[in-house]
Amino acid sequence: MIPRKHHKILVQGITGKQGTFWTSAMQEYGSRIVGGVNPKRAGSEHLGVPVFASAREAAKSEPFDISIMFIPPMMAKAAAIDACEAGAKMLVCLTEHIPAHDVMEMHVAAAANGTQIVGPNTAGLVTPGECFVGIMPGFNHRVFQPGRIGVVSRSGSLGTLVCLNLTQQGMGQSAFYGVGGDPMIGTTSADAVRILDADPGTDAIALCGEIGGSAEEDAAAYAKTMKKPVVAFIAGRQSPPGKKMGHAGAIVAGGKGDYPTKRGALEKAGVAVADTPSGIPSLLKERLTSSAA
Amino acid sequence: MNFEEHAAKPLLARHGIAVPRSELAHDPVEAGRAAESIGPCVVKAQVPTGKRGKAGGIKLAASAEEASSHAENIIGMEIGGWPVGKVLIEAQTKIDRELYAAIVNDSATKGPMLLFSQLGGMDVEEAAEEDPDAMRRVPFSIIDGLTEKNAREAVAGLELDAVEDQLVTTLVNLYKAYRALDAELLEINPLVITADNHVVALDCKLTMDDGAAPRQEAIVPMAAPEKRTELEAKAAAEGLKYIELGGSVGVIANGAGLTMTTMDVIAHYGGQPANFLEVGGEAYTKAKTALSILLENPNIKSLLVNFCGAFARTDVMAEGVVSAWQELDPDIPIFFTIHGTGEDEAIALVKERLGIEPFDLMDDAVKAAVNAANERVST
Repeated sequence: MIPRKHHKILVQGITGKQGTFWTSAMQEYGSRIVGGVNPKRAGSEHLGVPVFASAREAAKSEPFDISIMFIPPMMAKAAAIDACEAGAKMLVCLTEHIPAHDVMEMHVAAAANGTQIVGPNTAGLVTPGECFVGIMPGFNHRVFQPGRIGVVSRSGSLGTLVCLNLTQQGMGQSAFYGVGGDPMIGTTSADAVRILDADPGTDAIALCGEIGGSAEEDAAAYAKTMKKPVVAFIAGRQSPPGKKMGHAGAIVAGGKGDYPTKRGALEKAGVAVADTPSGIPSLLKERLTSSAA
Repeated sequence: MNFEEHAAKPLLARHGIAVPRSELAHDPVEAGRAAESIGPCVVKAQVPTGKRGKAGGIKLAASAEEASSHAENIIGMEIGGWPVGKVLIEAQTKIDRELYAAIVNDSATKGPMLLFSQLGGMDVEEAAEEDPDAMRRVPFSIIDGLTEKNAREAVAGLELDAVEDQLVTTLVNLYKAYRALDAELLEINPLVITADNHVVALDCKLTMDDGAAPRQEAIVPMAAPEKRTELEAKAAAEGLKYIELGGSVGVIANGAGLTMTTMDVIAHYGGQPANFLEVGGEAYTKAKTALSILLENPNIKSLLVNFCGAFARTDVMAEGVVSAWQELDPDIPIFFTIHGTGEDEAIALVKERLGIEPFDLMDDAVKAAVNAANERVST
């Protein structure tokens, strides 16, 4: 799904410093926050919405579609399972450094309850002009403008740069989909490309990948079947193998997940790959013009 | 986080997997003494990397004298870039068959997976590449764990006869260890069947999930040290992700993706990045510490600051960099490009306190930093 302004959003960890800061920013932008969770503050109100003891409790009186977690790594598993069992359609998991075994358990709970997990270690999603769910500068009009380009990124900071480049070139975005920098994420780059391919508001897709794993190869396999143009940039060409480049998932190990393999797979699938992020807008324009002709 | 054989094997034993008797030795005298009590033994270099045998780091010894002389040769060797500082003196095992078993985190299924092969020993990865059927892959549920049924499926048809039950138990125990140790990878290669029909782990490789370190305090101190330069170690102690790259353009950026991208764009415009240094995420208030560590690298000829703030507030990061810059007053040029959360305040601050105009386009900032560095390298 793509977050829309009618979607009801729950904030787990709403009363903390970051939870408070970003919930206010989301509210200001138009995101429909209906409640928050903090077991110690249940029954009170925060930022004008009721605070519940758990997501399951919240669901009883304030049904919601999306939950976003501002929860530290060691407590993330319990919070995520709570949200899945409460019936969240989408769970946005910002937390970085959640133990991998916990992440696996979260994915089992999501599958059992039909929840779409975005992340872990995502900066969230922005639907320009409607709402944002996450820790992206959705409110910054120089970065995000409503339009028809769907953007998928493993990294929040690189995704921000690419949206900025698009906006500078007069190309607004239908949606920004931050999928997260962890190795075992719920919604993969290929999943996000598929979602944007099905979105009637999206004409073309910018895919921001990075070294490590096989997300770009999988997205390439899907892109081959698409009519909408896809343009990509892959970060990490200059990164030495065997080192984790910040993200737990960004590592070239045993010759797998390297830049040439990813670029090759994408180009073979008809995806144009830009050498620098600033090259994305012109490639998109080219492709959009030629596909319209 | 990687564990060497001598640290990993006792953890296997704790979960009911048989390992040979062994002692750790740091010098030839200790090695000889250990061999005396153990008998015919194998002298094994302890480094957190594979291919030790091929590098000459594993030798058989029939006597204590021989063990001691092997230890003398092996200690001080370099294997896979790691200096050997200790050897494991391990009792010899009479091997009938060599197998391979591992449990890994599988990102495709988002769950654990058992890997099993009857082609254990050296070069198992290469063997599996040539013959994909040689490696059996059994994904299973993290909730149910590795069941006896999963394990039997993995070893089916291998004519194991008397040892099948023992092997199945070993695999189930391997899973218990994987779970208890928060492993990303727990591998036994070779897992041998001895001449007298026992299943024994002759080697073990453990990679623990870094994210689980806070709840694995008991075993974290046993992990092998990371391969780091002095500055990398210093940065790690400050909780910063810093990697030295040998070029001349210093990089400070926020977020892993943007930092990698900045390095790529520097190379695209004919420069060489000096480092990876990410100040985003939880570290976004540590810009000052980050800068002072980075400036200790004598190869840096120019510095590029690229902020594209999402979660990280660019005004907070810029304040840190500007303060440190004024305090340290380094003799190299600095270039800024700043966008995202807090950009107006950040840009105003850089202009006001350093008299420097940040670039609107990242590419322009990169080109300027590359040109400045290249000029200073050539003069």
